[in-house]
Amino acid sequence: MRVLREIARRPTALFGLAVVLTVVVAAIGAPLLAPFSPSEQLFDGLTLEGAPIPPDATYLLGTDALGRDLLSRLLYGARTSLIIGLVANGTAVAIGLFVGMTAGYLRGAVGNAMMRFTDLMMAFPALLLAIVLAAIFRPSLWIVAMVIAMVNWVQVARIVYTETRGLVERDFILAERSLGAGHGRIIFLHILPHLMPTAIVWGTLGIATTVLLEATLSFLGIGVQPPEPSWGNIIFESQSFFSGAPWLVFFPGIAILLTALSFNLVGDALRDIFDPTQRGRM
Amino acid sequence: MIKLIAQRLAASALILLGVAAITFVLLYLLPADPAVNLAGRSATAQTVANIRHELGLDQPLLTQFLHYLGNLAQGNLGRSYTQKTEVVTLILARLPATLILMAAGIAVEVALGLIFGVIAALNRGGPVDRLVMAACFVGVSAPQFVVALLLLYVFALMLGWFPMSGFGTAAHVVLPALTLGVLGAGWYARMVRSAMIDVLNQDYVRTARAKGISERRVIFRHALPNALLPIIAMIGIDIGQFMSGVVVVEAVYGWPGIGQLVWQAIQQVDLPIIMGVTLVSAFAIVAGNLIADLVAPLIDPRIRAR
Repeated sequence: MRVLREIARRPTALFGLAVVLTVVVAAIGAPLLAPFSPSEQLFDGLTLEGAPIPPDATYLLGTDALGRDLLSRLLYGARTSLIIGLVANGTAVAIGLFVGMTAGYLRGAVGNAMMRFTDLMMAFPALLLAIVLAAIFRPSLWIVAMVIAMVNWVQVARIVYTETRGLVERDFILAERSLGAGHGRIIFLHILPHLMPTAIVWGTLGIATTVLLEATLSFLGIGVQPPEPSWGNIIFESQSFFSGAPWLVFFPGIAILLTALSFNLVGDALRDIFDPTQRGRM
Repeated sequence: MIKLIAQRLAASALILLGVAAITFVLLYLLPADPAVNLAGRSATAQTVANIRHELGLDQPLLTQFLHYLGNLAQGNLGRSYTQKTEVVTLILARLPATLILMAAGIAVEVALGLIFGVIAALNRGGPVDRLVMAACFVGVSAPQFVVALLLLYVFALMLGWFPMSGFGTAAHVVLPALTLGVLGAGWYARMVRSAMIDVLNQDYVRTARAKGISERRVIFRHALPNALLPIIAMIGIDIGQFMSGVVVVEAVYGWPGIGQLVWQAIQQVDLPIIMGVTLVSAFAIVAGNLIADLVAPLIDPRIRAR
């Protein structure tokens, strides 16, 4: 409740939250909201010359090169973006929490080895790795999500590691330990709750990165495969028509931008709320 | 200091070795078979087996990897499967184009970031500051390929100011550099802003103002130089990110750099090129971070003292 009140006091965060909710509603309600089927090549969906139809009263955002309704495809595309955003980023945060917490709690040889491995992952050209993996595996929604998770967990792990190391030194952990608490109890009951703000902030900010990465992979033709609509592959399919039909690039582009922007705004606000010392920082 | 440098260099070499090992295992365990790809659809099993033998792909993974490392130690990245040329030669031929793009992109980024970061810091909390920060958020949230396509649409197609794609003249570099720079400028502006705000609150800035020095001199002579340190570190990190981040921009603008080279190689399952470009990119990331760490104490004596 306090968090919601704090968000309501910030106009940018409120705007972000509103857009996020709109995207969620669009994704869940796509079958009800979409005026047409996303994959149906409509009978009058092309002009007499066979070109896509610009936005008009029937096709609010126009049609694509195959005569499909763009608005309907965008609504279903919101599903793709959100599913990948939640699955890929959820996995990344979970891996990051696990690695960071274990390494920070255990330290010693195991902890060191784990952190050296994250150093190594930091040196990996992330986008290149994602492109190579996505291109060589048979692309599908889940492969794309896993590829993104594989490159996105590293940052979370490093932040969680630093925080865990700080927590382990605190007196209440020492007190727990002297009362005879086991490692599992200390980690899950006493360290994890303190890491929740970080997990929530990165869970939100990371969705913005994920949405952008999915769109990029799909735009290159190695992400979500048509006919399944994703905002990135709508642009991928329409690239060659874009001089005559710029709306086919413009509307999905706006959808990607607004979604990524909103998750960033909400994530940034959450970070401010949880940790006022970070206000206005990167 | 020298000991520190030596330690960092050794760690960097180990990291690169690790990157090589992981990429190698990933690529060679993946389902795509370069031999099948090379032989073509109608090839017999015998032809595919011959090609596999010729490329050394029938050897155990470890043997292949050690062989690769042996070559690497001599600066040899192997031969491209499809282009029948040394990978080193191919990469060196493409590197200048990418470096030009990178330099132009970073120049745009840093220039915009400095200007808007300083403006925001000087108007801290006011409407100008809010506007600049909002614009930064839009910048870092914008998908690169959409910005690339929109710039193409407006400045090449509608206005005809710049060529659609290609390489050669200064006009060709403008749109790709803007695409890279405009998006990254958001990070720089935020960083410059917070560094400037920190510095402007320092005692020596107040002293400078109390001495009656003009505000312009206080900002540019006393405050800004000390706010530049994080920017230098960021440029170091950026160099590495750019090396792998140019794939999309090079694809959209038909820019003949290493991004395009690796993109073609990915489609042809040309493993030595993919390996080579990944290593070069990883090298750039490690070198960029190293430079960032080593240059900081040269510029700022306070760090040297620590």
